Amino acid sequence: MAKEITEVEETLMERELTENDKAYWAANLRLIIICLSIWALVSLGFGVLLRPLLMGISVGGADLGFWFAQQGSILTFLALVFFYSWKMNQNDKKFGLEE
Amino acid sequence: MSQFAINFIFVIGTFIIYTGIALWARARSTREFYIAGGTVHPTLNGMATAADWLSAASFISVAGLISVGYVNSSFIMGWTGGYVLLATLLAPYLRRFGTYTVPDFVGTRYGSKSARVVAVLCLIVISLTYVIGQMTGAGVAFARFLEVESSTGLLISAAVVFVYAVLGGMKGVTYTQVAQYIVLILAFTIPAIYLSLMMTGHFLPQTGLFGTHEASGVPLLQKLDQVVRELGFHDYTADVSNKWNMFLFTLTLMVGTAGLPHVIIRFFTVPNIQDARWSAGWALVFIALFYTTVPALAGMSRLNLLETVYPDGTDQPALQYEERPEWFKNWEVTGLLKFEDKNGDGRIQFYNDGTLPNANKGFVAPEGWAGNELKVNNDILVLALPEIANMPMWLIGLMAAGGIAAALSTASGLLLAISSAVSHDLLKNTLLPHISDKTEMLYARLSMVGAIVIATWLGLNPPGFAAQTVALAFGMAAASLFPTLMLGIFVRRINSKGAIAGMLAGALCTVSYIFMYLGWFFIPGTNNFPNTPEHWILGISPLSVGVIGALINFTVAVTVSLATEQPSAKIQMMVRRVRYP
Repeated sequence: MAKEITEVEETLMERELTENDKAYWAANLRLIIICLSIWALVSLGFGVLLRPLLMGISVGGADLGFWFAQQGSILTFLALVFFYSWKMNQNDKKFGLEE
Repeated sequence: MSQFAINFIFVIGTFIIYTGIALWARARSTREFYIAGGTVHPTLNGMATAADWLSAASFISVAGLISVGYVNSSFIMGWTGGYVLLATLLAPYLRRFGTYTVPDFVGTRYGSKSARVVAVLCLIVISLTYVIGQMTGAGVAFARFLEVESSTGLLISAAVVFVYAVLGGMKGVTYTQVAQYIVLILAFTIPAIYLSLMMTGHFLPQTGLFGTHEASGVPLLQKLDQVVRELGFHDYTADVSNKWNMFLFTLTLMVGTAGLPHVIIRFFTVPNIQDARWSAGWALVFIALFYTTVPALAGMSRLNLLETVYPDGTDQPALQYEERPEWFKNWEVTGLLKFEDKNGDGRIQFYNDGTLPNANKGFVAPEGWAGNELKVNNDILVLALPEIANMPMWLIGLMAAGGIAAALSTASGLLLAISSAVSHDLLKNTLLPHISDKTEMLYARLSMVGAIVIATWLGLNPPGFAAQTVALAFGMAAASLFPTLMLGIFVRRINSKGAIAGMLAGALCTVSYIFMYLGWFFIPGTNNFPNTPEHWILGISPLSVGVIGALINFTVAVTVSLATEQPSAKIQMMVRRVRYP
């Protein structure tokens, strides 16, 4: 394993980071920030801290905050993980950095 | 055929399947032993991850935990939300880096044997705490369904894990986990669907929870709120006053989940980074199937239990003890339900001692109130479900197999995390660097044997900390491993001194805070402060402190790194390798 890493390292050593590499990483960071903002909003936000504000909106015998705490946050997490995977795998192709 | 015989056939049948998989999936190299050759399909790895994740405690106890009310929603959000962190911040990069274990990444990225050893120690504290609960859980599942001593059940489970984990390593563990996931998810969701159809007419429990309670015609949650309120409990959907602590607790569970080594190593088994990303999504699909069902099951079975005790409504006399249903009698034998006729009227008065009957004048109890007469262990909300909902006998057999599958799959994942850290990180990469692949493989198998023996012994003689999985394992994972892994990927400037100082500071602060309230090394009576909200520093409960520990780790790691030298050019190149192929 260590040997494998050393080999890759040597090939990388020769290559300077290109604008393309930097743009790829920046795009990744941007995507992570978007996903984690939504992640925090639906769970820690709607499900916990902001629940009192959503009390007025009723969902089947309870309120929207309760629904987010017990169902909605999980469904959003699912959408987020698949969105991130799809978008990043597309970026890998777009920036020519596919494995 | 008796129920015992059916349960026996189901359990033995699944054991034969697991053993068959073990014989087929033998590991032939260390690469196969540690990461299943890196050839697992992302969807299958998702299933294996879900089985790894859903433990005996999730299967048997989580619905009971959630049935307390809204406040425990933290567990649902925490134990699923961690996968978003894992998918965006850790799993893909660690897969691309291509190490075999979690301490392997720490040791290689920071170029330091000391960092590797500190990571191994953190891993062992986390995984050992976690595995004891799984071993005892397997014993309990056996005892409940097959009427054997729980210690016998534990030994049988250890023997089964022994066969596929020692022979197959990660390869054997992966494919048995896939089979175990299928067994456990069927066993959990089918009874929930039955209950949902019975109470709300909804096929999907997830929508049934927010549907109409058919017997009364009002929304189920509204009915539940009303019934528990009349019996003097908090409203089921009531908001909590200590939002700050609920916020921290949820976040600690999320960050802790992402930092658990036995979950992270599952993502090392897929072919490449793209698959690692998809696999995180699939894992969450299979986990969400379980965790969206849990709250539905929790609410419905709590209401169902209360309706059994008050068949004509809470303003009418409670159920006559003599008329109690058959399942009630069965679970009285196990001690999970306990009735004591305090006022001698032959009826089961079940309510919250503290607030009734003054709170509800309309409540009828001709013989007077002498205290709550029914003690309920919340585990029966799941365990007694098949009988309550009048399900066919084969389904009860399936539940027996499902509970045991949940325990075995998590135990084997944890044992693999422990044994590979010992053989690959402590032996191969620290103490005995010159051993061949073949010798390392032998040591890997021996470490697995050792881990199973130790876990079995600890399961039979559980130490005090075994009951503190949530505090200790999640707190430590959040405070020690998660920040170190994340900084290793995202901040090139972090050097080994920073990483080591960060891990130690995060772990020690977290553990000390827990010990201050729960007793030093969990020895009763050695705590410095009573574990009550008014004594918590800044209102932080010892269960929620992990995320504070993570912040300490981040701060110390960055400060120490900035005060010391740059990481070497070689290390900086390695960080580049984590980010770009």
